[in-house]
Amino acid sequence: MIKHLGVALRVTLVSVVIFGLAYPLAMTGLAQLLFPWQANGSLVVRNGNVVGSAIIGQLWTQPQYFHGRPSAAGKGYDPTQTGGTNLGPSSKKLIAATQATIAQVERENPDAHGAPPMDLVTSSASGIDPDISPEGAYYQAARVAKARHLTLAAVDALIAAHVQGRTLGFLGEPRVNVLELNLALDAPR
Amino acid sequence: MTMIGWVQALVFFAIVLALTKPIGLYMAHVFEGERTWLSPVLRPVELVIYRLGGVREDDEMPWYGYALAMLAFSLVGFLYLYLLLRTQKWLPLNPQHLDNMPTDLAWNTALSFLTNTNWQFYSGESSMSYLSQMSGLAWHNFVSAAVGIATAVAVVRGIARTTVSTLGNFWVDLTRCCLYVLLPISIVVGLFFVAQGMPQNFHAYQTVTSVSGFSQAITGGPMASQEVIKELGTNGGGFVNANSAAPNENPTPLTNLVELILIFSLGAGLTYMYGRMVRDTRQGWAIFAAMAILFFAGFSVAYWAEAAGNPIVHHLGVAGANMEGKECRFGIAASSLFATVTTDTSCGAVNAMHDSFMPLGGLVPLANMQLGEIVFGGVGSGLYGMIAFVVLTVFIAGLMVGRTPEYLGKKIERREVQFALLAVLVTPVLCLVPTAIAVLLPAGLATLNNAGPHGFSEILYAFTSTNANNGSAFAGLGPNRFYDIMTGVNMFFGRFAVAVAVLALGGALAGKKAVMASAGTFTTNSPIFVALLIGVIVIVGALTFLPADALGPIVEHVLVLQGKTF
Repeated sequence: MIKHLGVALRVTLVSVVIFGLAYPLAMTGLAQLLFPWQANGSLVVRNGNVVGSAIIGQLWTQPQYFHGRPSAAGKGYDPTQTGGTNLGPSSKKLIAATQATIAQVERENPDAHGAPPMDLVTSSASGIDPDISPEGAYYQAARVAKARHLTLAAVDALIAAHVQGRTLGFLGEPRVNVLELNLALDAPR
Repeated sequence: MTMIGWVQALVFFAIVLALTKPIGLYMAHVFEGERTWLSPVLRPVELVIYRLGGVREDDEMPWYGYALAMLAFSLVGFLYLYLLLRTQKWLPLNPQHLDNMPTDLAWNTALSFLTNTNWQFYSGESSMSYLSQMSGLAWHNFVSAAVGIATAVAVVRGIARTTVSTLGNFWVDLTRCCLYVLLPISIVVGLFFVAQGMPQNFHAYQTVTSVSGFSQAITGGPMASQEVIKELGTNGGGFVNANSAAPNENPTPLTNLVELILIFSLGAGLTYMYGRMVRDTRQGWAIFAAMAILFFAGFSVAYWAEAAGNPIVHHLGVAGANMEGKECRFGIAASSLFATVTTDTSCGAVNAMHDSFMPLGGLVPLANMQLGEIVFGGVGSGLYGMIAFVVLTVFIAGLMVGRTPEYLGKKIERREVQFALLAVLVTPVLCLVPTAIAVLLPAGLATLNNAGPHGFSEILYAFTSTNANNGSAFAGLGPNRFYDIMTGVNMFFGRFAVAVAVLALGGALAGKKAVMASAGTFTTNSPIFVALLIGVIVIVGALTFLPADALGPIVEHVLVLQGKTF
């Protein structure tokens, strides 16, 4: 056993240097060289200021912007406290929260038709989901159009232009990146 | 359920199937010590490791020597990670100035990564320095995976060899696995992950003002390099708390597919390597077939339950599948698929929150782990767990026809069956006894996030996941001293009691003479055997766990249909 422990100690040291230091450092070097934008967090710049990351959702409250999904990450969309509600399907808390969210979303979107789509009233897994479903975007279109004095058709067209389909036609679900859509709304036409 | 959802699952599985032979063949070459096409680059590095490590390459070990070497390496690895976590504040690469980890959490995390479990009582983004992440956690991701594979290779040698007392050299198997199998795939796929949007940097978190005027910290770190080995080694410990649900750990549906493939690929390849090393590839495919059937059974139930959605929520006036705790870019099919795959294996990474799954959707991951994670399984541990079931099946088949059972020309006698049973019975004992203790103690109930049967499911899931070395969670259950210590102990025995038992099994088989197959020999590469094997797995699992599962997910399912909440 003593002999094994000696080898174990030495193999640990050598392998930490190779797999724990050299490997991630080399990968960082290669990543920074080949894909610097992605490697540094896919930061989105507007007017010289970084306003977020293309892959990370953010909190929206004003009526003139599309809103993301409910978030359980910290006070909402906090990337340092990612996670979901972890409430089970029979949880009183979950049902009460969902009911309150439905009421809130309906109140914010008085001109929308029908019930809100499921993704707008349920918390995401990460709490920083950057996307909503296309239905979730169309549901909010009337509110955004009104707040911006645009026609509903113009807003609908903008949504349609920003729907990302399934990757390769079958992977994942169609979706709309909320930050991307809102930046397009703000962009001068 | 939709057609497209099923297409995703079928395409995924077709890719895994296509990779099984090439990966298995490559691993057979690696572990038989042959030259591979990477040898010109890697062989010099391999020799440096042996020289600095003091390893004699041609030293063969008996099963107990192999086990002792594995335990010695694990002890050192545990102490190393524990010390790293307890001192990270004073070490470099800690731009967030994160504090040292408290004792019981460091104990839990060190055991968690040592055992390839990667149970997450810690939140990576708020408690782990970059140095702890890459040279502590990610290093363990490499070596704990290699320990599992090495153990499986040793057991396979025990079956393949006759009348010898040795199973190979632990240090050589460990080194060759890390260098020739894990590292090359990690480099290539890791760069693909960065291209898809995964961060790979050493920056401090960048605080930005969002479009709506809120302050938001954009997290960073060497994520892609860790993400790839996390899946490939079926480790599953997230860089951040939300694991592969977080967009920086799994930015696109395509990275999601690749992560799924990584999780299954080595476990699937090992079945082929097994067939190759015992000189009958149909033995490997028979095991593959049993695994494939159990995989599709699990996915079907999970997908169906999640797609149907929550009737209590539907009652509030909204329609649709259960999107609570799921991400829009993945949706129902890819989330159900991930939950199934991550618990078929010992991975435990999640792209959706299992705690918020429907009762029967959550039962699938739970049952997958209770069956012993033998559907491709943890890298290595899946194969050796399955071999224990195979030995048991052969024994039961022998009892039914009244003959001394044989497997691949080896007589299966009392000793072999004892070790196989030990390996199979560790799971139920370590799962059910601590669960029973937890529900009786205030400390066991103090950190539940849900009430009623779902609360019980959280506890059952915690002990099932830790002893199966999975690491996924009904994550509402919070850490406290009781759970830190109990799950830590559970992970340790869940890993090493089984590993030592199967090494002993391998040692016992290696020493046997080969007997000629006769008309009375039960063939172990036929569809009948596959069916019998599945039968044994399901019966052992169901007999043991059905009562506990009935108190959790099954009763919750009935109550949800009645609209009852807690």
